[in-house]
Amino acid sequence: MADAQRHFALAGRSASESVVTVMPTGPAWRVSLRARPDAVAGLSKALGLTLPERPKTSAEAKSRAALWLGPDEWYLLDEANDPLDDLSGEKALHSAVDISHRNVGIRVEGPGAEACLSAGCPQNLSLKAFPVGAASRTILGKSEIVLWRTGPQAFRAECWRSFSIYVMDFLEEAALDAGA
Amino acid sequence: MLLIRCPYCEEERPETEFRHAGEAHIARPADWSTVTDADFEAFFFLRANPKGVAYERWRHIHGCARFFNAARDTVSDKFIVTYKAGEKKPVVGSGK
Ligand SMILES: [Zn+2]
Repeated sequence: MADAQRHFALAGRSASESVVTVMPTGPAWRVSLRARPDAVAGLSKALGLTLPERPKTSAEAKSRAALWLGPDEWYLLDEANDPLDDLSGEKALHSAVDISHRNVGIRVEGPGAEACLSAGCPQNLSLKAFPVGAASRTILGKSEIVLWRTGPQAFRAECWRSFSIYVMDFLEEAALDAGA
Repeated sequence: MLLIRCPYCEEERPETEFRHAGEAHIARPADWSTVTDADFEAFFFLRANPKGVAYERWRHIHGCARFFNAARDTVSDKFIVTYKAGEKKPVVGSGK
């Protein structure tokens, strides 16, 4: 009997237009972290970064990023190390759930990246309103996404795996329009 | 598109990130065993539905996911003020 193979939801997909590239990210550890304010300092120390406490912000250290999603909620992303390994000894009350395979990441990069995402995201994505490092749960077309600006012309969108075909199709089409 | 200020995100966000969640400031009875049928009817079914200022729960479901409250004019559709869950009901004008 053949070995079971894991099939990445967006295997082989990518779109490269003149002003924007839409490309799935590699695999990553993803953690949904919930905690009250009194646990934030201890969790930050364990994770090796300062959990952001301001809306629409993020923090990064080495391969790890923490995105503020709500007053007691963070989205942890790490392509090299499992954040749960670092949280296993943490005594302060918190909830950390591995959602690595629930979500899929898509990079949107290039001078047309902002226009491409604005085809379906109703937030103001200008550099002034959504600066580098800004992160937010929001929507793209009919799908919920978590959007993170990683550079002046670079974004990372994270969506549920089952929505990823829709999100990829949407961004591909938007990339065509952004270049027009 | 209508912009709604989320008191947790501390900025105006597009309406499609939000969901309406019914009338605000309806307290659950502390002791269900003493609730009469009439009290239950009032708690469960009867809503003010005013023409003018309405106090409503809203949820920033595709954002910070928090529930909060809003005073909204049902005639003009204008949000007069939004405030965090648990905060006192503000006294507001018509918002016109
Ligand atoms: Zn919010």
